[in-house]
Amino acid sequence: MSLLLITFILPLIASVATFALGNKMAKVLALLFSAATFVLSIGVYLSVAHSETSSLQFTANWIPEMNIHFSLLVDGLSIWLLLLTNFLVPVVVLASYQKSFKNEAALYALVLLMQFGLVGVFTAADGFLFYIFWELALLPIYFIVWLWSENPDEQVRTRTAFKFFIYTIAGSLFMLLGFMYLYVKLGSLDLSTLYSSSLDSKDQIILFAFFFAAFAIKIPIFPFHTWQADTYRESPTIGTMLLSGIMLKMGIYGLIRWLIPVLPLGTAFWTPYVIALCVIGVIYGAIIAIRQDNLKSLLAYSSLSHVGLIAAGTLVLTNEGFQGASIQMLAHGVNVVGAFFIAEIILQRTGTLSISQLGGIRTVAPKFFTCAVIMVLASVALPLTNGFVGEFLLLFSMFQYNTWLAVLAGTTIVLGAVYMLWMTQRVFMGNVNSRTENFEDLKTTELVVFVLLIACVFIFGVYPKLVFDLLQTASGTILNASLR
Amino acid sequence: MVNLYVLILAPLVGFLINGLMGKSLPKSVSGIISSFAVFVSFVISSIYFFGFVGGTQAPIDANVFDWITAGETKISFGLLLDQLSGLWLMIITGIGFLIHVYSIGYMHDDENFSRFFAYLNLFIFFMLLLVLGNNFLVMFIGWEGVGLCSYLLIGFWFKNQPYNDAAKKAFIMNRIGDLGFLIGMFLILFYFKTLNYGQLKEALASTQTSHGLLIAITMCLFVGAMGKSAQLPLYTWLPDAMAGPTPVSALIHAATMVTAGIFLIARANFLFSMAPETLSFIAGVGAVTALFAATIGVLQNDIKKVLAYSTVSQLGLMFLAMGVGAYTSGVFHVTTHAFFKACLFLGSGSVIHAMGGEQDIRNMGGLKKWMSITFITFLLSSIAIAGVPPFSGFFSKDEILAHVFEANKVLWVIGSLASFLTAFYMFRLVILTFFGSFRGTHEQEHHLHESPATITIPLVILAVLAVLGGLMGLPEFISHTHWLNSFLAPIFPHAEGHEHMAISTEFALMGLATALAVIGIGIAYSLYVSKQQLPAKEGELKGFAALVYDKYRVDELYNAVFVKPISALSSTLYTIVDKALIDGQLVEGTAGLSMQLGKRIRSLQSGNIGFYLLVMVVAISLILTYVFI
Repeated sequence: MSLLLITFILPLIASVATFALGNKMAKVLALLFSAATFVLSIGVYLSVAHSETSSLQFTANWIPEMNIHFSLLVDGLSIWLLLLTNFLVPVVVLASYQKSFKNEAALYALVLLMQFGLVGVFTAADGFLFYIFWELALLPIYFIVWLWSENPDEQVRTRTAFKFFIYTIAGSLFMLLGFMYLYVKLGSLDLSTLYSSSLDSKDQIILFAFFFAAFAIKIPIFPFHTWQADTYRESPTIGTMLLSGIMLKMGIYGLIRWLIPVLPLGTAFWTPYVIALCVIGVIYGAIIAIRQDNLKSLLAYSSLSHVGLIAAGTLVLTNEGFQGASIQMLAHGVNVVGAFFIAEIILQRTGTLSISQLGGIRTVAPKFFTCAVIMVLASVALPLTNGFVGEFLLLFSMFQYNTWLAVLAGTTIVLGAVYMLWMTQRVFMGNVNSRTENFEDLKTTELVVFVLLIACVFIFGVYPKLVFDLLQTASGTILNASLR
Repeated sequence: MVNLYVLILAPLVGFLINGLMGKSLPKSVSGIISSFAVFVSFVISSIYFFGFVGGTQAPIDANVFDWITAGETKISFGLLLDQLSGLWLMIITGIGFLIHVYSIGYMHDDENFSRFFAYLNLFIFFMLLLVLGNNFLVMFIGWEGVGLCSYLLIGFWFKNQPYNDAAKKAFIMNRIGDLGFLIGMFLILFYFKTLNYGQLKEALASTQTSHGLLIAITMCLFVGAMGKSAQLPLYTWLPDAMAGPTPVSALIHAATMVTAGIFLIARANFLFSMAPETLSFIAGVGAVTALFAATIGVLQNDIKKVLAYSTVSQLGLMFLAMGVGAYTSGVFHVTTHAFFKACLFLGSGSVIHAMGGEQDIRNMGGLKKWMSITFITFLLSSIAIAGVPPFSGFFSKDEILAHVFEANKVLWVIGSLASFLTAFYMFRLVILTFFGSFRGTHEQEHHLHESPATITIPLVILAVLAVLGGLMGLPEFISHTHWLNSFLAPIFPHAEGHEHMAISTEFALMGLATALAVIGIGIAYSLYVSKQQLPAKEGELKGFAALVYDKYRVDELYNAVFVKPISALSSTLYTIVDKALIDGQLVEGTAGLSMQLGKRIRSLQSGNIGFYLLVMVVAISLILTYVFI
């Protein structure tokens, strides 16, 4: 139990220490602390795997007179998001290791603070706690986008950051109202209370909309996505990686943990509309991605397409859907970080993200090409990569819901190949030009980042049982609550 | 079982060695490691195969580990080795090995030699998985994996953007087929709760299944087959795929990968047999493809393009066989076609090698003087594909046409016509390449030479197989039993031999087929030898001939109907819907509000991160302290 608490609190300590010890040490400290947190998380994983209930719980009194508890739950679902977060943060730090930022102590302190917030979101078992961490995770990334953006135009920077901030904070406020209403009705926001509540269907339908606003913006689900491409493009890549790799998952996790099983009747009412939006997003994002010239924008729309499928799969309320969504969150986290790392390397080396100005990089940087192509293949869900298993299960659960929606969503396997291969061809193949002729191949730290990500690609592609074994119980619990 | 693992993993190990360390290995070592890896698989395959032949080997069906387990869905990573996969193993590893050896010579001067061998090994690995899976999803791993290798190898010379276009086109067209395959699997998984062949067979036998469902499943699976095996309307990637190095065309785009669609139907024959409507559709698509592609082949001047359209056409013939339920005949033709088409492609590679990269037969001629081994092997294989007895292609093709004759006379006419055209265009190719006088430049003539032994030995072996391959399926009135029929009897229990057909009819059909082949050859001879005609120059063809020469302009049609509209849609969605409508109109209120709020918030902010951090941390600490005290 103490291991869980140490793992939980370490990023906060790390954040303070990194900030206190100044710019010189910041990078090293951030890397060491986050790596240590990851190692501890493996310990947490092992104890979850070996516990009889496949979960760990911690509860302490917080505001007992109001029946609010400081309670954490690490079950077969949250452990994987905990691992994902604590794996990706050191990877993201390492990915930025070559680069120097202004005021590094503050930057890395914010990154670690965000990690603390994210872990809190994925482990909170009380609505108040969840909400607090939800907001806590938002603030650091807002500052990172705003203050470390590489766009020299301050107005664009500020506008983008504020747009992102207002978008998400607006969503969260609806969620807060939702929680307040639930609290007034039920007298507690404890997860088990929520899972056994019996609100009437009218309440649930309204409440669903409140929570959905927060989650839909975060995920994002079409048409709540317009903050995404701009924010990804303007943010420094370290921020984009954190946003797309981990933060997006807050929304889907919210759907699975805090919305569907809490408001089953509301879910039943809204499901057809939401799934329709998701499927529109899948196709819409993919089609727009085809013609994007900015690499980061392309990846943003590709992400919109991918997460649409994840969200749709969860709403079908099957074990296949929940487990497919869970494993796809992990896969998407790893793959999208890889993809943005590719973009970052290209930006650093060539000074541009414009696909039409690149070409021939394969000739001069074969290692980089190989790593990039593996990430591309994972993104187009080639079997034996991590992208396939989740996509297969998600499409299959869509199929159980409605054959034709599955066929429509399935076009993503064709369209995904269209834009990813088009991008690969234009960036890597052909002849070098003046921008790419001196492109330097991967440095050691960069290679290490790719090796770590690629290891995940194949481990979870070949042996996803690792994930499924633990998920089974958690998914069953959530499914039971969702079908009550 | 260990042997089976070694068989599958040897090429993967070869891939990893060449992929990770290839750059630091000498070329000879790289090529030998890679060829040896496939040779290991070949030896083990042979042991299994002859075990099946001798009746000492029992089929192996084993789950290696659980792959996907979610709710009720349980899919194992499982293997199945029986007579059908055994036969395919021999084709894959046997011809695969020969082509590896050939590539040592053919790719000798390529700067990315080791990468080429890495990809070839990876291809063999995925192809083995494709045929050895014991359920549809493992087949699908191999299915997509070989597609990837095909993509990597078509675009092997990646500095050339048209080659990359061809590679991308192959991958995407295959993906369209794969979507069909995927939906087919969903249907099976949903209604039968399994993707395992054996379990599915049991479920079909024990429960009443709606006919519509069976048609839906088989049609979806066939869409997958159409993509992978280049049938109408998803065939246009295969001629373009000739952009890849010639050994790739021989191995992937003639002998092995493109026959995966036939394998799928053969593997799931118990399912397809229950959906006669789908089978009729398959027969129709096969026949039309066979004739359609053959007509294009008649007018092409690129040596590899002729062979590519010929492959599409021959694959059509195989689907025609599957469609009339003559599964053994289809598989028989897969085998003989693997021999003679691999030989033809490798022969064309030998020619291209000698011609310094030239592929246009209008600039060749008289090459038999310089390259006698290439010539003889090419000629023998051409006789085989033309269907002249007693060469291998005669027996397999005759068997198909005899079955088709029984099933449907119209399809038989179409199939026979395609065969006739095949004989014609193949000899047009042989004559224009090897006979007459040389029409290339002096410099080319100066460099003409026979290829080295690594190239000619595989040619000779394949040519022998192309000549003798028919022995495995001699008709019953010649040999006592049809060997392949009895070998595959456990797989195709209801394989209808044409016992009930009168011997006289059978003889008449054979005579007719032979006559058509001979007439086709004769016409080619009279046009290109007696009259010494040459194919028209660019732009000389008019009317229908020009249309055929331009491949019926199907690519242009697809461009106008699919590619351009989707591209336009992409731009429209982005600029009008996303930027102007959703972000501009819908979010404008929010955005405007956010700007106003932003201004207010900004006036409260000093911009000092330290201060913000301090506030946050103090607040959190207070909360936590409260918890733990």
